[in-house]
Amino acid sequence: MLNYIIRRMLYAIPILIGVNLITFTLFFVVNTPDDMARMQLGIKRVTPEAIEKWKHERGYDKPLMLNDGEEGAAKFTHTIFFEKSAAMFAFDFGRADDGRDIAHEIKSRMLPSLAIALPVFLLGLLAYITFALVMAFFRATYVDFWGVVLCVALMSISSLFYIIGGQFLISKLWHLVPISGYGGGLDASKFLVLPVIIGVISGAGASTRWYRTIFLEEMSKDYVRTARAKGLPESIVLFRHVLRNAMIPILTGAVVVIPLLFLGSLIAESFFGIPGLGSYTIDAINSQDFAVVRAMVFLGSLLYIIGLILTDISYTLVDPRIRLE
Amino acid sequence: MNPLLQIDNLETVLHTGATPVRAVDGLTLQIMQGETFALLGESGCGKSMTALSVMRLLPEVGEIVAGSIRIGGEDLLLLPEAAMRNVRGKRISMIFQEPMLSLNPVMTVAEQIGEVLQRHFNLRGAAQQQRVLEILNQVGIPDAERRMAEYPFQFSGGMKQRVMIAMALAGEPELLIADEPTTALDVTIQAQVLDLMRDLQQRSGMAILLITHDLGVVAEMAQKVAVMYAGEIVETATRAEFFHSPAHPYSRKLFASLPGKNKRDQGLAVISGSVPPLSREFVGCRFADRCDHAWDLCRTTAPGWSAVVVGHQVRCHLFDQTAGSMLHSSAGKTAETAPQGIPAAPSAVTNSELLRVVDLKVHFPIHKGLMKRVAGYVKAVDGVSLTIPQGGTLALVGESGCGKTTVGKGILQLIPPTAGSVRYDGLELVGLERKQLREKRAEFQIIFQDPYSSLNPRMRIIDIIEEGMNALNVRNNDRADHAGQQSSSLQGQKVDALLQRVGLPPETKWRYPHEFSGGQRQRIAIARALAVNPRLLICDEPTSALDVSVQAQILNLLKELQASLGLAYLFITHNISVVEYLADEVAVMYLGRIVEWGSVDEVLGNPKHPYTQALLSAVPVIELNPKREVIRLHGDLPSPANPPAGCHFHPRCPHAMPVCRETYPGSSNFSSIHTAHCHLYPQPQNTSTLQPQGAET
Amino acid sequence: MSMLFKPVILWTDALIYLLVLVVLAFVWYVRRNEHMLAPWRRVGHSASGMAALTVLVFFIAIGLLDTVHFRPAVENSGNSEQVYSVEVLSLLDVIAEPLRTRVEKTYSAPFAAHLYARETIELPDGGQVREFPRLQFGGAHLQNPDVELVADVTERAAVGAAQGFLGWCVLVVLLGALLARQDNAGLLPTLFAIRRGATEVPWNAVLLTLVLILSLLGAALALSTHYHIFGTDKVGQDVFYQSLKSIRTGLVIGTLTTLMMLPFALLLGIMAGYFRGWVDDVIQYIYTTLSSIPGVLLIAAAVLMMQVYMETHPELFDTIAARADLRLLFLCIILGVTSWTGLCRLLRGETLKLREMEYIQAAHAFGVSHWRIISRHILPNVMHIVLIATVMDFSGLVLAEAVLSYVGVGVDPSMISFGTMINAARLEMAREPMVWWALLSAFGFMFALVLSANLFADAVQDAFNPRVRTWSLKAGKLRRTERTKTPESKPVAAAAKDSNPP
Repeated sequence: MLNYIIRRMLYAIPILIGVNLITFTLFFVVNTPDDMARMQLGIKRVTPEAIEKWKHERGYDKPLMLNDGEEGAAKFTHTIFFEKSAAMFAFDFGRADDGRDIAHEIKSRMLPSLAIALPVFLLGLLAYITFALVMAFFRATYVDFWGVVLCVALMSISSLFYIIGGQFLISKLWHLVPISGYGGGLDASKFLVLPVIIGVISGAGASTRWYRTIFLEEMSKDYVRTARAKGLPESIVLFRHVLRNAMIPILTGAVVVIPLLFLGSLIAESFFGIPGLGSYTIDAINSQDFAVVRAMVFLGSLLYIIGLILTDISYTLVDPRIRLE
Repeated sequence: MNPLLQIDNLETVLHTGATPVRAVDGLTLQIMQGETFALLGESGCGKSMTALSVMRLLPEVGEIVAGSIRIGGEDLLLLPEAAMRNVRGKRISMIFQEPMLSLNPVMTVAEQIGEVLQRHFNLRGAAQQQRVLEILNQVGIPDAERRMAEYPFQFSGGMKQRVMIAMALAGEPELLIADEPTTALDVTIQAQVLDLMRDLQQRSGMAILLITHDLGVVAEMAQKVAVMYAGEIVETATRAEFFHSPAHPYSRKLFASLPGKNKRDQGLAVISGSVPPLSREFVGCRFADRCDHAWDLCRTTAPGWSAVVVGHQVRCHLFDQTAGSMLHSSAGKTAETAPQGIPAAPSAVTNSELLRVVDLKVHFPIHKGLMKRVAGYVKAVDGVSLTIPQGGTLALVGESGCGKTTVGKGILQLIPPTAGSVRYDGLELVGLERKQLREKRAEFQIIFQDPYSSLNPRMRIIDIIEEGMNALNVRNNDRADHAGQQSSSLQGQKVDALLQRVGLPPETKWRYPHEFSGGQRQRIAIARALAVNPRLLICDEPTSALDVSVQAQILNLLKELQASLGLAYLFITHNISVVEYLADEVAVMYLGRIVEWGSVDEVLGNPKHPYTQALLSAVPVIELNPKREVIRLHGDLPSPANPPAGCHFHPRCPHAMPVCRETYPGSSNFSSIHTAHCHLYPQPQNTSTLQPQGAET
Repeated sequence: MSMLFKPVILWTDALIYLLVLVVLAFVWYVRRNEHMLAPWRRVGHSASGMAALTVLVFFIAIGLLDTVHFRPAVENSGNSEQVYSVEVLSLLDVIAEPLRTRVEKTYSAPFAAHLYARETIELPDGGQVREFPRLQFGGAHLQNPDVELVADVTERAAVGAAQGFLGWCVLVVLLGALLARQDNAGLLPTLFAIRRGATEVPWNAVLLTLVLILSLLGAALALSTHYHIFGTDKVGQDVFYQSLKSIRTGLVIGTLTTLMMLPFALLLGIMAGYFRGWVDDVIQYIYTTLSSIPGVLLIAAAVLMMQVYMETHPELFDTIAARADLRLLFLCIILGVTSWTGLCRLLRGETLKLREMEYIQAAHAFGVSHWRIISRHILPNVMHIVLIATVMDFSGLVLAEAVLSYVGVGVDPSMISFGTMINAARLEMAREPMVWWALLSAFGFMFALVLSANLFADAVQDAFNPRVRTWSLKAGKLRRTERTKTPESKPVAAAAKDSNPP
């Protein structure tokens, strides 16, 4: 089992290298640093000096892959690829356009992101599983029928509307919580209530319906019939037999997103003015801060790959067939 | 004496399609205390739905619309659901066909048995564990104390079925419903499980409702027999009465269609057509369309019950005192009309060798460890040598997992062999390029086990049959090469002829596979193989997914084709009676190697290897007083990844000696072709020249 | 005399035409094959699916009208050569000419006759008043809007709805006649059969949807000539017109993205599953790597780079429409790149299963070439997965467009889409009094489109993959249990309810 996990970890290395190459290609090969400089400084009135200055400030005034002007190892290290792309493996993300250290920013913004994303994740999982169980319990009745109708309707609404509608109703009309903002410590909770509730609701349709399908599929299996043939009441069949088996796909499907919770949510954070990584990314996109976007792409992939490894580990924990192999 | 279970006029419908399927249609039966009652029938006749109706565990589309089910006088259909739960698992228990799927994969065996005890006896904690252990010991789980904490996937198929039985026994039921309890198991394991059930019944005095399609199992187990056909029971009798003189034409046909040694030189009786769909309305007798004795009355009036003798009832006009008394004497008592003989062509078997396989090995690597190194091999086929003469039939017999299917695929080069040689008509096939091999492919073809996955559902029959002809450029006429038009019309004629040859009307070529029944699909698969004019057919369990009456049709067809086309067969099967009927020579396989070889009479009549002896003795026989002694084999087939040292069979062998643990036995000859690998017999002096298998050790 | 217009085929137009051709060819092919028709029949039996399809047909019609592009001729004197406008119009623009051209000064509420903001107006006598000025077009025909407006709106709406209803009646009779001729039955019995829901295709659900749509459409059309029925936005443009224009953008994103990624997903997925070995390793590596970058971030990065490229190469586009269109196409491609991995993985898994099927083994035994096995055996047997994935992805992609446009990496700001509408409108939520109509109509149109797409996707999935039945079967069963409670069949412990609590 340990071998298995180590092998999965080793497998992550070539994938990270691949991601790194993709970002390098996207950010430096598709458009040269000159293009980016011209774009940011305005197409019309731009002097070659200004471009050079822009590139120098960001360290883009070097060859891409191979520096012919240097000797020895510097031939490879004094290049954009080494300094900008390869350096990300050491969590050296460079500086943003406003001069701040990106790695430091990321560190300080992770917590607010997590403060919304984690409750949304946990409450959501609990709520969706509960609703799905209720629907599975009352399958082929009107409870189930209208439950699915509601799920499909909820799925058909853009998350933007959930946020706008929620802000309008709860904050603007009823003045229950502040419309946006963030505070330190316990103070944060009053700002977090609304985004968390909206986060849970906006994911409800798709997840509940998906879990319901898993439950129903599990319930059609032969071992459930065996359990009923023992004379067990339906609630025990559902909780002891079906739930335990259905939790394997549900939990392992959920585990993969846990590391990504650090990244926060792009739209929710910007709507609610929460200084997390999501709003950081969106600001960077709007101000075309390439260094930050590049850093976030790499960080996102890293977290996703950690999620994959956690999924493998969680499989071995919940499924005896894999644990005892 | 009051019956334990009394079912009256049970009607169960399934709402699956546009019209409801009347899966059980007016079924009445009674089971006495401590009795084993067998419900016999082919697939789709409604016997499983009967069992699920008794448990009130029908699938969601099912519904009981009429009738009553009483256990000890209490009508189960009137009970509220909560009270019904006190019946399930306590008064009536049930075991299912697929032990692999019927156990919860993420709960330990002890938990699953324990919850019955908790539910019905409120037994918890140490007392519960103690009782679980007792029951597991009772059903013969070795080392039960340790194994009760294990999960179902850690048990073999036979052991899982024992666990299922343990679970059913935990409630100490009055009635055990066993729905095809041994169908998914090998014969040696089947014998163990049937033994266990018989033994437990004698000890506890419970009644058993045994649902099966296997006449052999009925003969071994039942006291009473009911034959079910198209949703209703058509005959009930005691076992003795039923096997001595089956009355209903359907029952008699079932017996007649069983293959066996004594029917070798004749065709098997077949029941024409197939079971009618239960969604249709029936007017007369449901069997009338397929019955040889049917007359007008049968098609207009449904027959009622007639008594043949006391306790033997049949639903047939032939036995109706008023309507069919005349025919009763004439048709009812006369022997079955002898099925038409198939022109036997023993002369087709010549001594010229068509296929020679020498020391064939197919090993699959097992990857393990950090870098997925090859840590070992699953030796699926480990040195198999065989020969098939032109026009002859070699049967390769063995239990599941012994590697017999891999031998077939290895010969056809569908799986590249690890070592060894396959010579077809003198040409070495191993190591041939794909292109060179293609030129020879028309010569040897294969027929698969599962008629549902062997035809592409998205292709018309004509495209399926022509696929091989096109790929291999099979042309009847070389001159047609220049006239494409002519060639395609010739091809069309050939498809028609092939379909007729396998007994299907040519118009069917425009249809798709899903419109055909299992037996018809198997005919199409045979036509597809025949389309390229092969001389060798590898038949990989071609009838094991079919009902016995359909199996007879396919066996007749294969025999007839051999006689007229001079085909050679490699017949891979686990069914001994099919071997007796069809084969010239038999090879018995155990764990990747052939342990015994000889002519059918030699091997089946005078088996030498202890495994062959055990295998043959485990086959249930349809005799009332079998004078045989079942040789009990202990344990399961070992893993081919890690075969036991020495003779592979020694851990299960009743005659194992010290030498068996050390060396693999060489080949001992008993006649010109009868050989076996066993230390009980004199070992050859120089094995390497005779049999490559022996040379290894 | 030269032409009055010059046809323009934008990139996405060409691809939509291609898609329409593909769909038509597919329909023609399916109609000829009974076994392929069977699952579509099952789709046809689903009431919710058919009702959703009815709604979708209207959306698709609008989208197609909005796809036929041209540049109208501009009148110019003295020059013999015909000059065409730089503005690219579509058929929809021509049909909705009044909506497009009647631009007010700024915000106005739905059905309003006055602007939403006070303005200082010079009186003829030299004085000034601050009041809500009358709109230039909305309700301009009214003398005294305060009194006449409600009655006028009601009357026009009623007349429009009645016309819609009339049109519906004609359709019902036509349909009835058609069905009656097919079944050789009378017209009236056929109509009653439709009403009862006794027809094979649930025409009653279709017609019910249709009467709603046609009445609403009739009323909307009648009103929109004299009012801004959904109000106007900041620059005075009609919101109804914007909503109609957004439909094409949504449809393009939802369909072309799949069209773009399909060849890759099919080829790579099947190859990985069929050949296994190193081919499988390479393909798995590619899609694991791509899918490990969170989708939004990859899209954001790619769109940013595309922006840079387009900004620095302005010479490539001759019209604003062409530029916006190319950006839309790139967005589809980028979305395709991020979304093909899921389908690829599914196809690989299915192919792995299929290659062990006995009919493929039989084909190997005939020496059939790999290419033929893939094209004749594997491809036809995975097409249902492709179809299900395509319809299931559609609604997700329409929703994604809105989010991406909000983030700033969506369609070109000059292109009207649900995303740009929401983005512009949400800033006005903070205004007092609030401007709510743009948001609400974007919500309404989007909800209708996505909901009907979801319902239709469900019906398709149910029909093609019976194992994962969602709810049609349940609905059918509910109906059945009611029906079977007839007096002659005495219900004895309905077994179906066994597993349910009492």
